[in-house]
Parts: sequence; C-alpha cells; structure tokens
Amino acid sequence: MKKLMIAASCALALAAGTAHAQDRNLRIAFDVPYEPFEYKDDNGELTGFEVELADAMCEEMQANCEFVIQAWDGMIPGLLARKFDLIMSSMSITAERAERVLFSEPYYNTPGGWFGPNDFNTDVTDMDAMKGKTIGVQRGTTMDTFVTENMGGIVTIKRYTTADDMVLDLEGQRLDAVFVDYPVGEQTVLTKDGFKEVGEPVKLGEGVGVAMRKRDKDLANEVNAALRTLKNDGTYDTIMQKYFNYDIKM
Amino acid sequence: MPDFIVEWLDRNDIFTAMTLMEYWDGLVTTVHLVFLSLIIGLAVAVPLAILRTVKNPLISGPIWVYTYLFRGTPLLIQLYIIYYGVAQIPGIQETFWWEIFREPLYPALLAFTLNTAAYTTEIIRGAIVSTPHGEIEAAKAYGMNWLLRMRRIILPSAARRAVQAYSNEVIFMLHASAIASVVTIVDLTGAARNIYSRFYAPFDAFIFVALCYMVLTFILVFAFRKLENHLLRHQRPVSS
Repeated sequence: MKKLMIAASCALALAAGTAHAQDRNLRIAFDVPYEPFEYKDDNGELTGFEVELADAMCEEMQANCEFVIQAWDGMIPGLLARKFDLIMSSMSITAERAERVLFSEPYYNTPGGWFGPNDFNTDVTDMDAMKGKTIGVQRGTTMDTFVTENMGGIVTIKRYTTADDMVLDLEGQRLDAVFVDYPVGEQTVLTKDGFKEVGEPVKLGEGVGVAMRKRDKDLANEVNAALRTLKNDGTYDTIMQKYFNYDIKM
Repeated sequence: MPDFIVEWLDRNDIFTAMTLMEYWDGLVTTVHLVFLSLIIGLAVAVPLAILRTVKNPLISGPIWVYTYLFRGTPLLIQLYIIYYGVAQIPGIQETFWWEIFREPLYPALLAFTLNTAAYTTEIIRGAIVSTPHGEIEAAKAYGMNWLLRMRRIILPSAARRAVQAYSNEVIFMLHASAIASVVTIVDLTGAARNIYSRFYAPFDAFIFVALCYMVLTFILVFAFRKLENHLLRHQRPVSS
C-alpha cells in the first residue's frame, strides 16, 4: 500500500511537471568574457552570439531561462552539481567530455587560430622551426589538447585560465604566439596594433554543443528540436550574421 | 616500482605514471619557490627588524611603510602587479630587466619574498621589543656596546620568542604559494589544475594535491617542533 502511495504521488508530481512545462525554469551557464559568443556590453548586459541563440532557444522551448556566469574551470563540475542545467559556452564536443555530460547536436564550429606579433615569421607547422618557442593556450580547451599532443616537448606550453591573461602576456612578449579559438583571437589579438594571424586555422573536433547532465535525455531531445527549428527558420542565420562575417553554422 | 603499484596505476585513468610525474614536477617547483622565498625573506627581515626598532623615524619609518603596505594587501594582488604590471612598463622588454621578469618564476619569487619578509620583519621586531629589560641592563652593566648586545643577548633571546610565530608564517607561505599557478607557473596547484581540466575530475585531482600539501606541512611542523625543543630547552621542566 505504502509503495503504491509513493508511486502514485510520484506519478502525480511527474504529471504536474509536464503540465507546467511552460513556466519551467532552466539555468544556462556562460563563461564571460568570450567575445563575441558571450560578453557584457557597455551597459553591463550579458550579450553575444550564444546568449542570443540561448534566448531564441528558450523561447522556442517555452522555458524561463536564467543565465548564470561560471568560470570555465568549474563548468562541468558545476553542471554535475546542479548549479545550472545547460552549458552554452562554446564547449567543443570531445570524447572525454562526453563521458561526463550529454551533448546536443553541434550548433557551431570554429577553427583554432594562430596569432602572434607582426615579426613572427615561423611556419607553425614546421616542428623544427617551432622548437623552443613559447605558445599560450587556454587550459582545458581543444586547442590545449592539440598543442599538447602534437607539439608537447617541442614548444613550451603556457596554460591560462582566461584569454585576457593570455593576451596580456602575448603583448608583454612573454609568449611568441597563441593558439586560441579563432573568433576569440580575432576579437582580442587582432584588434591590437602590431599583431597578425601567423598560421592557417586548424579545424578541431566535432563542433560545439549544448552540454547537459547525462540523465536529462528528454531535455536533450527538446534542445535538439529547438536548435533544428532555429537553424531552418532563419533565426540562426540572422543571429550569426550579426556577430560573424564568416560561416560557423554546423 | 613495486608490482602492486604498477598494477594499480594500470587500472587507473587519472593517476598514471605521467600525471604522477606532473605532480612531482609541481612539488619540486613549489618547494623550490617557497624555500628560496623564505630563506631570502628571512635574510632580509632580520636587519629590517633591527632597523625597525631604531628610534630615528627616518630609519624606522620607511620600513614601517613597507611592512604596512605588504601586510595590508593580498599576496595575489602583489603578484598580479609584479607579474603583469612590470610587463606593461614601456620599453622594459629592451632592458636587461626583461631577462629576469620574462619568466614567471622571478616575479613570483619577488612577490613571495617581499610578502614573507614584511611579515617576518614584524614577527622579529615584536620579539626584539619584548626582550626583558633586565637582560639588556645586565648586558649594559657588562659594558657591552649596542652591536655586541644585539648579537649576543637580544637576537638569540628574540629568536626563541619568534620561532613559534615564524613557524606559522612558513606554513602560511607554503599554502599561499598555491597562487603561483595564476601566473602560469606549474607548481603543485598548477599541476592539479592541468590534470583536473584534462579529466574533469575535481575530487581526484585536488584531494591528491591537498594531501601533498598536508605531507609538506607535517614535515615543516615536525622540523619546527625539533627546532623549538632545541631553542626552548631551558623552559622544559626538570624531570624528576
């Protein structure tokens, strides 16, 4: 009898859950600043490509969304600790991450870009020439993995928590070059005098997806459906063209 | 390595021989950094503490300002100012100073040394000014001049009173050195952060590193207890 009661109350709670889907609350985490994906504008408002896409997605899913700011280091642990429900912070889909979180279908892909001062003339794919150079990457990114696996032991790798600190050290000539997500480098390095792109962009990984807890399979289906609608009805392209002059759609 | 450790490592995703090597390199960096800054800091602090007790405000004043500034601001901010601030000085890259400040190790060493020297100065100064008056009078009665008095009476007596407070400072310094990882130094904490971001396993990566710090702390506590027993031998009750 008792078991039945519990089962019944559970069923009731579940039914109530679906009935109130409209005013369901979702918390989405971003790591700022990561221009132009998520950053604060001059008024201190959170904005950017992913923030606007998240807004459109929430509208499509008819959910109330709250945006949470979370440093990159604590993203996945924060998700698992239920501090938020979704990560839409340019998280590239990797096998290692997929063991801990559930990814949606990819919603964009940007290459990793090489940036350095104007007098940097070394071919970044020539390992002999790169020997002894100091390269900056953001800790735990796919760019970090790429440099660690392909150039570890050849170049000195410096890992940074934020892109800001890394660019500061590039400006201060502590780094010969940085290998960073292309749009980020474009916004933070190329906007400064005396810096240029120093190598061909490298396509890395399977693109960027929304990360969720593994058990939230229903949520993932909803997210995928919403993203597909946005990609097809032109909303995605409108937002993308606002921030990029090249194609990142995936 | 014993077989059972090898076997355990084989079945473990995170604590492979490679990551343990990273932790080891981090441990070496941490010990290196903390040890050097403590030694230099102590060497700087002793003369500063003596001068800080001098009555002339032109001598003790600037030292007071220095200890006040460095004890009044967080070490993290001091490290940021020295590491990132110095690189922003126009033209610094062309001077020989850049050879020193280019690598993160020296800015961190400088920040840690200045910080610990400020605290140690105040610890030793406190011990000097609390020297019992009788000891000084007795020394004067023997005709000792200021230098001899300082060397034979005041400093040894002050060292006994300062050692307990100083052992705390040493342990705080070890723990404070964890912030070296924000300026790209791969110390113990830096190694833990790299491993954590590779495996997304905060518990494993950080609990292991916490244990490393704990072992280091225990070694320090043990060493200081030995030193205290040695210095404060005369205070021990006479055993029956």
